[in-house]
Order: sequence, then C-alpha cells, then structure tokens
Amino acid sequence: MSRAQPDPGERRAAWREGLDRLRAAATTEPGRLRVIGAALAALLVAFGGVTAWQVTSRAAAADAVVTHSQPLSADAADIYRSLADADTAAATGFLAGGREPRAVRQRYENDISVAARLLAEAAAGTDADAPAGRQIATLTEQLPVYTGLVEQARAAGRQGLPLGGAYLRYASDRMREQLLPAAQSLYVAETLRLESDYDDATAWPWAALATGVAALGALGWAQRRTYLRTHRVFNHGLVGATAAATVTLLWLTAGHGVASAGLSSSRDHGARALQVLNEARIASLQARGDESLTLVARGAVLTAEGEDAYEAGYQDEMQRLTGRVVVGERHGETDTEGLLGRARSLTGGPGRERTEAVLRDVTEWQRRHRSARAADESGYYDRALPEVIGEKNSTGEMFDRVDAGLRQALVLEQKRFRTAADDGRGALTGLAAGAAVLALLGATAAVLGVGRRLSEYR
Amino acid sequence: MTGCAVAAATVAVLLPYGGGGGGRTAPVAASRTAPGARDTAVRAPATCTDPEASLRPSTADGPAVRRVKERGRLIAGVDQNSYRWGYRDPATGELSGFDIDLVRAVAKAILGDPDKVTFLAIPTNQRIPALQKGKVDIVVRTMTVNCDRVRQVAFSTAYFEAGQQVLAPKGSPVTAFDDSLRGKKVCTAKGSTGESELRREAHGASVLTVPNQLDCLVRLQLGQVDAVVTDSALAAGQAAQDPSVRLVGKPFTTESYGVAMNLRDEDLVRRVNAVLEDYRRGGGESPWMLAYRKWLAADLKGITAPPEPKYRD
Repeated sequence: MSRAQPDPGERRAAWREGLDRLRAAATTEPGRLRVIGAALAALLVAFGGVTAWQVTSRAAAADAVVTHSQPLSADAADIYRSLADADTAAATGFLAGGREPRAVRQRYENDISVAARLLAEAAAGTDADAPAGRQIATLTEQLPVYTGLVEQARAAGRQGLPLGGAYLRYASDRMREQLLPAAQSLYVAETLRLESDYDDATAWPWAALATGVAALGALGWAQRRTYLRTHRVFNHGLVGATAAATVTLLWLTAGHGVASAGLSSSRDHGARALQVLNEARIASLQARGDESLTLVARGAVLTAEGEDAYEAGYQDEMQRLTGRVVVGERHGETDTEGLLGRARSLTGGPGRERTEAVLRDVTEWQRRHRSARAADESGYYDRALPEVIGEKNSTGEMFDRVDAGLRQALVLEQKRFRTAADDGRGALTGLAAGAAVLALLGATAAVLGVGRRLSEYR
Repeated sequence: MTGCAVAAATVAVLLPYGGGGGGRTAPVAASRTAPGARDTAVRAPATCTDPEASLRPSTADGPAVRRVKERGRLIAGVDQNSYRWGYRDPATGELSGFDIDLVRAVAKAILGDPDKVTFLAIPTNQRIPALQKGKVDIVVRTMTVNCDRVRQVAFSTAYFEAGQQVLAPKGSPVTAFDDSLRGKKVCTAKGSTGESELRREAHGASVLTVPNQLDCLVRLQLGQVDAVVTDSALAAGQAAQDPSVRLVGKPFTTESYGVAMNLRDEDLVRRVNAVLEDYRRGGGESPWMLAYRKWLAADLKGITAPPEPKYRD
C-alpha cells in the first residue's frame, strides 16, 4: 500500500464531527424524531428489498426445478433406460437368431436413436468441462462402438457362428462397464443439480423474515414512545406502516410456506417417486438382459463361485426390484423393501395401483423364469427358449407388462410432480413485487407519521 | 504322455483356481481330495504315469448301463460354444459337432437310437461336479485326460489328440509359439492350459486373459491382440469362423480328449470303450474319419487316423 493514506488525525476529526452532530441532534426531540423516521424508513425499505430479492431467487430456483433440472434429470434417466433397453433388445433379438422379430429390431433401433438424440440435447445444455459434460462425451464416443459390436454379433449369429454370441457378450460388457456407468454418473449429476435447486427453492428466507420482524419491532417501539410522550394512541402514519409491514410479513410467510409445501410434495412424491420408478425400470431391463444373456452365453461366463454370471445378475436385479432378501454385495446395500416397495409408498392414486400391478407381474415373471431355467438346466434348451422369448406365456411377455406398467406409472407421477410443483410455484407469484410496493408504502407512511409529529415542533 | 505328474504339479503351482473358461481347465491342486474320489469301483492308479490308459472294452450290462436303459435316455454333458465340436447352430437351434456325433453313437449303441439323448450344456468347471453328482451319465466336452482328473472321474480311451497351438491372422509375423511372439499381445482363456504355458514361458509377449476361448477371437478381430493361444481343436473351431486367421507352428503340448464318466460306472466306461473301438474301425471310412472330415479337416489338417487306444488291464 504505497498510496498516501488520509491523515488519520483528519479522518478521526471528520468522524467525530459527524458523531457530535448526531449527538447534538439526538439531544433535541425533533432531532430524535428525524433519526427515528429515517431509521424506520430504512428498515422498511430494507425489508421490502430483502424480501423481493430472496423471493425472486427462490422463484428462479423453483422455475429451474420445473423447467430445467427435473427435465434434465428425467432425460438422463431416459438415456440410461434407452441404453439398457437397447442392450436387452439386442440380446433378445440375437436369441431369436434368423427369426428375430421385427418389433424387437425396431425397439433396438428406436432405443439407439432416442439415446443419441437425448445425448445431443444434453450436450447442448451442459458445459463440456463439467462432470456431466465428460460423461456425455464418453457416451457419445462409446455408443457407435457398441452398435458396431452388436452388428458384428448379428452378422456372425446369422451365419450360425458361436462367435456371434461372443461378440454379443463383448458388446454387452462394453455397455455394462462403460456406457451404463457413464449414463449413471450423468443421471447422478443431473439429479444432484435437481436436489440443489430444490434446496434453494425451499430454503426459508431468514434474512427477509428477520428484517421484517425488526421493522415491526421498531415500529412498535416508536409507537409506544409516541404514546408515552403524547398520550395519543394512534399515529396514522405509523399504524399504516405497521399494517403494510404486517401484511408483507404474513404474505411472505404464507406464500413461502405454501410454495415450499408444494415443492416439497413434488419432491417427496413426484421427483423421488420418479427416481425410484426410473431405477425400478432400469433394474427390470437389466434383469431381462441378463435373462436373455444366460441363454446366449450358455455357461461361458461364471462368477467366482462358479455360478452362471448372467443368472446371478438376473437374481441380483430381481432382488433390487422386490427386496425381501437382503440385496447382494454387488450393490452394497441392504434393502428389504425393494425398489417397487419404495415406489409403492412414494406413489399415490393411479400411480400406486400401477406399481402394485407391476409387483404382481414381477412375481409371475419370476415364476416363469424359474420354469425356463429348470427346462434349460435339464438340457431342454429348445423348450426354455420359447419360455423366454415367446410371445405368450413367456418371461418376455411379463417383462413387457412390467415395463409398460412402470412407464404408465412414470407418466402418472410426472403429472403429479408437475401439478404439485406448479402449485408451489404459483404461491410465489406477485410476492416479490408486492413486497417491494408494500414496503415502499410502509416507508412512506412511517415518514409521514413521524413528519406529523415533527410538525408539532414548528 | 510321460512326465505327466511333473507337468501336473507344475501347472497346479502356477495356476490359481480360475473361474470359468471354455478352454482346457488346468488341474487344480486342491481338487485332489475332492469328494467322489473315494469309495469307488475303479481305483485310480497309485502313480500316474499313463492317464490315457483305460479299461478294456466290454458290452456286458452293469448297473450304470442298466440305469441308462431303464431311463430310456442317455444324459450327456456337452459344450454349446465350441464350433465344430459341440455348438448350437443359432439358425436351427440344433446341437452339432464332433463331440455331439460321438454322444449319438454311444446312445445308438446302448439304446438303439441316436436321438435318445438329453444334452446338458455344462460350463467347463462343472464337468467334474456334474459327473460326481450324477447329473449326467457321460461328459463329452473336449475334456483333456490328465493325472489330476483321473483321480476324480473315469475316462474312456482317448478319442482325439490335440495340443496347445498359436492362432494368428494370415500374414502375421507370428509364426509359432516362439520368439516371434516378442512384443506382441497374446490372448488366452482364463484358467486354461494356454494361460499356464504362457505364464511359464511368454516368449516376450504380453498376455490378456478372457473368460472364454472364443472371446479371444473377438479380441483378435478387433485388433486388441495379435495372436491367440488355445488348444488346436478349439483353435480349429476359431479358424473355421474366420477365414482370415490360421493355426501357425506345431502344437507345443499334447493333450488327449476322453469321454468322462463317474468313477463308479465301470461298466459304462467299458461300454463306451467298446463304442469307440467300433468308431475307430474301418480305416479311411471309419465313423471317426467321417466325423473328422465332416467337422474338422478343413481347419485341422493332416490327421490320417484316430489315436490308438491304450488299456491298463
């Protein structure tokens, strides 16, 4: 600091002069009244300003929840789902060999194009250096590698070469080891952003509330002082200011309370239910993929315990879905309720009915799966295959029902989320502007009220 | 195969217990005391000098053959992933290959109908447990006869002779299991004989292990490895699926495939050996040579006759 500082002596003198003037003013009643009037006006303006600022930032966060972070989180879930679905469709189509149903092929192609489109959209809305941006880059790079491997598998499979199965397993490994983890990280990043927007939107505006209470306290004190000195009960200006401050404070409390309640409800029931339903859908997809790959791999890949790796994967995913048994080490968590159980308690109305129907369908799926496995393990591959990929009385039929049920539940919950979130957002409408206007009116009234008293000294 | 005990011991030391693998699973030291090896009708020889030597053929029905006849079906453990040996044609869904033909020949001999077979696809590491638990009557699954296994299961006479060999793209500088591998990446199945051989002497190559031998062909086609080490029989199956790769050099180990059965099923062992005698008989037009020409000759050239049977009694 080489710049010359003001002479400290001079600065202290100026400061002391101001203080002296204030002290001199405070020794006379008009002087005191001027100070009180200015302080009240300043407090009320501050209250209005802080309220408008805090409410605006909460409204912006609430808007971000509805228009930005929730859709991005849902898109990320969709990317994950499309990829998992593509892998499942690829395995199912491969099992059917040369008789691959057209619908299965279309499902695969549709999944890949949806994933590619959502990835392009997500890339446009994300900073490339952010964690989400890196995941998007990985996904964009790996997706064509994956589809190339699937085509190799199909080509070899159609020639009757076991190599096709090896290619399909390799493709599926790439999907599970690279693409899905990246999609999962993307989903986690987007969901964290959603949670953070929720936190911002529902945080109590403590600063606004505190200045409001301070302004009301100061107004009360000023009126009591006036009453003690003049024995006049009402000073219209101060009463008006008090009314304005009270209305603002009540509006702020009620408005924020209602908004917060709406948003919290959309978070607890809507967004959380959507997350759990999305996870359940992905778990069912992976269970289906594992089920198909069990027949593709035919015991070529085993776990450390010597069990079929894909059958073990199917059992893991089923446990994630239905709970009941402690979830395996693969997921490192204990969950006796399962994703569907949690979805059931988070959803409501028709969404819950759908979830309950899904739970019944999963049970039937598991029954048919056991039957198909028993047939395959007894050496009756020919009998097991239609039990898995057939149109009727197959595990595939139950998987399709589970997937459709979860999709419907997701649509219903998305609506519920939007309704609750919009109700919450609506409660903040006009609050920022109203608080600013009311505070200005209150400040004017306070100044007028004090001025009225001041005029008595002229 | 002399020096087998030494080789088995070396392998057992070198090789940790690996999970699955479509290739030859090398013997595992711990399995010497496996259950099922005790209380058996057929005692394994005390000192293992010639594991390929089996029991003299006989067509007399014993308890095991009667069991199969009463059931009316032969239950055979096979592979579904080994092209030209035991594989399921995705187009037809039918199992076919050299091993499958042999199973049908056994079924025809015992039950009079080559189709009276229940095929069970069993993974490599389930071959011995499936026999010990009685889930299958026979295992015909490119299974190598060795000293360690003869303590746990009974083998027929050898029905094929193979050996570890190198598979490389045509025009590759890799010419054999030698120093031409230096600086190259070589793929082999986890837990296979190929892995233990590479661990013993890698010839300067870096090794990638995969769950199944066929995964090596995928890696080779994708350019992630330069060569594959697996046994010649399976390598032939790989070459058959990709005309741009070929077997190079000579097999650098010798392995005999046998039909595996439960140690108690002595009569079935003799019966299968009788079937194999018939299978080998007939010179160039023997069922064995027909099957060889049908499934293997294109990629595994130069075989003119089945291996000679050896008996120990």
